Amino acid sequence: MTLKTWLAASAPLAEDPAIRYLRVGAEEWRRLAEDVAASGGRLLALWGQDATAGHPAVFAAYHTAAGLWVGELRRDGPESADDPYPGVQDLYPFAGRMQRAIRDLQGLRSTDPDLRPWLRHPPGEAYEFVRVEGDGVHEIPVGPVHAGIIEPGHFRFSVVGEKVLRLEERLGYVHKGIEQRFVEFDALDGCRLAARVSGDSAVAFSWAYCIALESQWRARIPRRALWLRALALELERVANHLGDLGALGNDAGFAFGLAQFSRLKELVLRATETAFGQRYPMDWVVPGGVARDLPAAAAAALDRCLADVVAESAVLRGIYDEHAGVRDRFTGTGTIAPELAARLGLAGLAGRASGQAHDLRADLRYAPYEELRPAVCGAVAGDVAARVAVRFDELLESCRLARRILAGLPAGDSRVAIVPPASDEFGIGAVEGWRGPVLVALATAAGGRIRRCHPHDPSWQNWPAIEHAVIDNIVPDFPLINKSFNLSYSGHDS
Amino acid sequence: MLKTLRQIRRTGIVTEPMPAPDDALRIRAALERRILGILGRALAVRMVDAGSCNGCELEVHALTNPIYNIEGLGVHFVASPRHADLLLVSGPVTVAMREPLLRVYEATPDPKLVVAIGDCGCDGGIFGCRGPSLGAVANVIPVDVAVPGCPPSPNRLLAGILAALDASAALDVGQEGRGRAE
Ligand code: SF4
Repeated sequence: MTLKTWLAASAPLAEDPAIRYLRVGAEEWRRLAEDVAASGGRLLALWGQDATAGHPAVFAAYHTAAGLWVGELRRDGPESADDPYPGVQDLYPFAGRMQRAIRDLQGLRSTDPDLRPWLRHPPGEAYEFVRVEGDGVHEIPVGPVHAGIIEPGHFRFSVVGEKVLRLEERLGYVHKGIEQRFVEFDALDGCRLAARVSGDSAVAFSWAYCIALESQWRARIPRRALWLRALALELERVANHLGDLGALGNDAGFAFGLAQFSRLKELVLRATETAFGQRYPMDWVVPGGVARDLPAAAAAALDRCLADVVAESAVLRGIYDEHAGVRDRFTGTGTIAPELAARLGLAGLAGRASGQAHDLRADLRYAPYEELRPAVCGAVAGDVAARVAVRFDELLESCRLARRILAGLPAGDSRVAIVPPASDEFGIGAVEGWRGPVLVALATAAGGRIRRCHPHDPSWQNWPAIEHAVIDNIVPDFPLINKSFNLSYSGHDS
Repeated sequence: MLKTLRQIRRTGIVTEPMPAPDDALRIRAALERRILGILGRALAVRMVDAGSCNGCELEVHALTNPIYNIEGLGVHFVASPRHADLLLVSGPVTVAMREPLLRVYEATPDPKLVVAIGDCGCDGGIFGCRGPSLGAVANVIPVDVAVPGCPPSPNRLLAGILAALDASAALDVGQEGRGRAE
């Protein structure tokens, strides 16, 4: 079958023609995955639900040239819940961990062979790492608590001398049960929890949540509110890229970079606070629009701040480029070549630095990006230097977009009241956050309670790639490589 | 090199004055005065993320930028709990981080000051205290000062750290006073 045939079998989700929904059987579940892969599409997320949400089921969200697809495979029919559903790890390698997470959380098992727990850490049970045997091979366990100010996770290196033969990650340490927590929230309020799935992506997650909610409740959001949301999203990207560019300089032994970029980041956070009332706008994107309109004085201050950031980062980019030590540490380190990136499904910023030119803002052109027309930045070398270069490019592009928004902000309301319908509904929202595609799947009950909510962070796609990126590199380069991806532990573990 | 020096000169010194210690944040006092005599104002801090959304870590990071310049106050972050005077712990503590957090606490030499940060570190915050979330840091290890906020601003974090120091200086309470909150 081709995607065209699937199109005929599908229905628009929440009346959105760009999101196709399909109820499938086990065989079709597998065929849909194959056809999407064959058409060059990619898996965005895979999640499950148990009987508490109505019926046990697994869901897959795909992104293809034709838009977004959501496949649902129910597990309460003749194919009983104990029967494994067809795994798709061979098509999308990172799906393996998501399937293991579904087993941890909902008890639904796939046909793929790895049955080790992933998000769950059963007490007293040792995790079975894959062992590398051979002359002079030894293991270095690192974490879960790390030396720096970063999130917890465990890394098991197999090395010969300084060289890394293999890295195996063990995540799930910050699993807080966010999905279970969601059902205790009213849908209008759940946005606050969504924003805290990964604090550094608060705007991306709260916006994706709002799209999921507003589309299923058939709400129309004022244009001004959409532009303001995009402003916040671009500022979030600017702040994170500034932070990472500084930290990357530091990890390459150039503390000057950290001092300079962390100062710029602080200035952006302060301007953000003046504009949105919070340094990290956790509660600013809300169902119906944004929590409060932009104060007029803040707009001018914000614009000046961004102009400074553009000028300063141009100087700093020149310094990074000319610094022999920095260049040496960045170039050829932690490489994911484009072919490997395509096979692994590398997403977002890291994907774009390895030739994967996907960006939901440009691909789906959700409002207001169909008007703003963001440029998709990219590189092909796939090393730390490429991820640094893409950050520099995106930093500039986001500053441009933010200033364009400030200059052309449409008049009108920044928030409308929205009300739950008298029926059960389901919707998804996808937003290109600074790290990559963020997706929220949300099911609400009549009256506005949350039946089920699954937040998906792009770190799921990219964590497995780091295991590849470090091979043949030296152990001391791991912090630099890890930082160049800067993945979320919390977003992944949720 | 010249460009770098020029940029340093152009940027100048941007550090702001430090905030006053916020005694309202003190929830538990537990150290003998003589220990502070040893500590003085050179404080080694170990950060432990016991389950946060990473928002709290971003603001802890901000403390090290040149504007807050926490190192200029004599406070520095160390890579091992064995070198730490004070643990800065974000929450909510997850089931999987309970053991590692206890181990870090055990490995920290006396006086082990503990500052719990963020609404989540204070009481579980938005994630609550159920299932994989064990809630407040104080549910797992003794806490001297708790700094609310989501995330707490760098200045509030700084005030909380200073409050922990002042608390330990002002009160003459022996180690017996520090029980497990479990
Ligand atoms: S207090 Fe707020 S910022 Fe800190 S971990 Fe909790 S949700 Fe995240």
